[in-house]
Amino acid sequence: MSWDIQQTTRISNYQQTKGNLFQRIHIDALLLFLLLVLSSVGIVILISAGHEDLGLINRQAIRLAIAFIAMLFIAQVPPHILKMLSPWLFILGVLLLIGVLFFGDVGKGAQRWLNLGFVRFQPSELLKLATPMMIAWYLSERQLPPSFKHILFATLFIAIPTFLIAKQPDLGTSILIATSGIAVLFLAGISWKLIAGVAISLGASAPVLWSFMKEYQQRRVLTLFDPESDPLGAGYHIIQSKIAIGSGGTYGKGWMQSTQARLEFLPESSTDFIFSVFAEEFGLVGCISLLTLYLAIFFRSMYIAVQAQDTYSRLLAGSISFTFFIYLFVNVGMVTGVLPVVGVPLPLISYGGTSMVTLLIGFGVLMSIQTHRKLLSS
Amino acid sequence: MIHQRLKDNANKVVVPELSGRRRFILACFMLAMCGLIWRAVDLQVLNNSFLQNRGDAVHLSNIKIPAYRGQILDRDGHALAISAPVSSVWVNPQEFDANGQGKKLASMLELGQKALTKKTDKTSGRRFVYLRRHMDPQLAERIEDLGVVGVYAQKEYRRFYPDGEVAAHVVGFTNVDGEGQEGLELAYESRLQGVSGVEQVLRDGKRRMVKHVESVREPVPGKDVKLSIDRRLQYLAYRELKAAVAQQKAKSGSLVLMNPLTGEILAAANQPAFNPNERSKLTASRVRNRAFVDVFEPGSIMKPFTVAAGMMSGLFDTSTIIDTTPGYMKVGRSQVRDHRNYGKVDLATLLLKSSNVGSSKIALGIPPEGMWGLLNRLGFGAKTGIDFPGEAKGKLVGFERWRPIERATLSFGYGLSSSVLQVAQAYSVLANNGVLMPATLLSDGVSEAERVIPVEISKSIRHMLQGVVSKVGTAPRAKIQGYTVAGKTGTVKKAVAGGYSDDKYLGLFAGMAPAKNPKLVMVVMIDEPSAGDYYGGLVAAPTFSRVMAGALRLMNVAPDNVEEPVTLVAFNQRGAQ
Repeated sequence: MSWDIQQTTRISNYQQTKGNLFQRIHIDALLLFLLLVLSSVGIVILISAGHEDLGLINRQAIRLAIAFIAMLFIAQVPPHILKMLSPWLFILGVLLLIGVLFFGDVGKGAQRWLNLGFVRFQPSELLKLATPMMIAWYLSERQLPPSFKHILFATLFIAIPTFLIAKQPDLGTSILIATSGIAVLFLAGISWKLIAGVAISLGASAPVLWSFMKEYQQRRVLTLFDPESDPLGAGYHIIQSKIAIGSGGTYGKGWMQSTQARLEFLPESSTDFIFSVFAEEFGLVGCISLLTLYLAIFFRSMYIAVQAQDTYSRLLAGSISFTFFIYLFVNVGMVTGVLPVVGVPLPLISYGGTSMVTLLIGFGVLMSIQTHRKLLSS
Repeated sequence: MIHQRLKDNANKVVVPELSGRRRFILACFMLAMCGLIWRAVDLQVLNNSFLQNRGDAVHLSNIKIPAYRGQILDRDGHALAISAPVSSVWVNPQEFDANGQGKKLASMLELGQKALTKKTDKTSGRRFVYLRRHMDPQLAERIEDLGVVGVYAQKEYRRFYPDGEVAAHVVGFTNVDGEGQEGLELAYESRLQGVSGVEQVLRDGKRRMVKHVESVREPVPGKDVKLSIDRRLQYLAYRELKAAVAQQKAKSGSLVLMNPLTGEILAAANQPAFNPNERSKLTASRVRNRAFVDVFEPGSIMKPFTVAAGMMSGLFDTSTIIDTTPGYMKVGRSQVRDHRNYGKVDLATLLLKSSNVGSSKIALGIPPEGMWGLLNRLGFGAKTGIDFPGEAKGKLVGFERWRPIERATLSFGYGLSSSVLQVAQAYSVLANNGVLMPATLLSDGVSEAERVIPVEISKSIRHMLQGVVSKVGTAPRAKIQGYTVAGKTGTVKKAVAGGYSDDKYLGLFAGMAPAKNPKLVMVVMIDEPSAGDYYGGLVAAPTFSRVMAGALRLMNVAPDNVEEPVTLVAFNQRGAQ
């Protein structure tokens, strides 16, 4: 399945002559359109959720612009180059994570940032892409479905960054990274028997896992089941969020009318809990529309994954779409009180820099995969 | 498209299960999406009103709006007690978070930073602790704007007494929460306090008030209470009494000035006094309104009523001569004595010399029920009805139990007790031609007039009492230039354990002016003068004279004594001090 460079060059030349305009500049028009709509919706909600803080809106707009440019830039990089870079990116990411462990800056009680002098940087963001790239690279070079030995190695590759990030501690991100890696494994076709076995043993080891969790993490899980048990402490977020969503009703209170957020009852209203603000202001109708928009992006991503022409692209695209959906599900599940509070932002809407850039770079990879296909003319 | 599908199929050979996996993933994700949408329906449609109410319960809260407390005014509408808007800053120690503003907050509260942390730490189990009461509302607003979590300001009213000590005993005072504690502030609490209102406000997550939503109930301000007190006369009385008590080195002193025609109390002063604006230094002995709540044996100032009872019985008149020789008489196993032998006296001379023997002979000569009836109808032994908290009733024993010695001593004011106010009210009857106007502290008070003494008898007793103020009477120092004065002195041995003290006296003077047509009645009592003199004519009469002279002028009462023309020098000199 390996490509030699000459072949690729020939194909891309071919594309440039035969493909349409978007194909030629390596942009998936539909995906770009959907993402632009979603980010615009994000800005609109952020104006309300961020209490009309113009500085905040500005910063978010600038980040979005940078992220979109990064996306379009990555889209120009052919998949085989990405594949070639995969192990190196992964190794770099792991080294940076180890660096964070020793030299990282502390922010909000966790050691996640690495100060490179000119920019503060979260290496865990790099791993969000580097991990599935690494697993896709590793498995695509081998016989599929993967043998037990290869699965074991792949699992090890997933475990290293997951463990390092969980130690920062950043449970949300480590779960997402593990998910993105496992998604590749799953798509690569590991047997159902093995999946069942792992699920059963995980279930059995849950108490052990529980004992390894930090106390605040345990509390978050417990409050999920009974938020009222600690309405002023750990349950406060969930209760306030549910009140916000619930008081939105069918049609919502209207833009800028969220009392929960505007009166500062809702914590993290412009970041993790921005969905609650949206739900309070736009109601059930708004929620279904927004979820449909996310679903459309997911379907387009899955379509690209299906269309992909080589195993690496296919596995990576699948994992990126998969992770995107998990992001959405975990965040919405968290703010609606279905899942514990794990600090996962609402993709492309929550205020915050690095995760947005990572996400859009992921979509850049998808665009690259979609637009660098060899088109054989009929 | 065909080629893509071909390629797809080709890949399927390599990864045969992929397509099935995708379908599985899609199914799972669709299911998950349905779950999320169902959750949204659950929260936003099924539980909408419940969650909405819960939100409102947190956002909206009712706060109390204090009602403006009514003013206490003097008869001309000058404020004696007035409420000013202030703010009190309090903290909920369980929420408290200085937010790095602790130093600023402490200095704005005029507390040390250590004192502040001590206060918040010590009370960490509580939810409401005042940091500072009654401060400038603007400063309190700035404290709220500091953004310190858990610190709030509430609006209140603080009571101010512009005249300080002057009318303190009558007006009384409120506590820090604005509730009446003493005096008329307490007596008219329900009238003054009003009804506090309720306002609904929107609060944010830090419990700060964000917006006024609606007024649930408007506060109803309390009603003003207009007193019969005349601020000018009150000040005069306060100043002169204070000077007299200091000069006589007395334990205390009281003064009541009344309008006999209406029963209105125009001034009521006591010493020692207190400043109601400084509540931290109050002591019971200073706060007590002695003129209203303390009783004493009135002594010789009761003699005019004995004479009145005698005349009303028909057995005595102005020409009756009573033999007081030899200056003492035996009643049962006891003895009644005069200072010296006054010989044969008429009623005027009896009062002028204040003969105990003479008055005892009158009392023993008339039926006891006649004497008791008069004293009772003059208001002795009963409250006057001024609504003053703790007002004294005094004691007047029923005549059925009077033995001869009690009839005798009662005739010169021993064996019964009375307040200064009761004496003033009784003298007002003499001044008002025998009609009792019950004492009142309100300018709009309605008094039920009651005739107690016939007109002619009142007039002739007043005429006799003019002699007391003459050069040969007991109180020449009570006279006032330009006005005729009628009055009576009293010098009472204080009752102590086991009998009467030999060196503790009350010096009293009760009188009225102008004597022919009295406009004002005043009683002055000086308790335990210790500067040498103790006779009522020496310790109380001069104060009577000064206050009465000033009051007559302030009330624009025309002078009626042409023999002694008005020279205002004396009063003005005094006033200039």
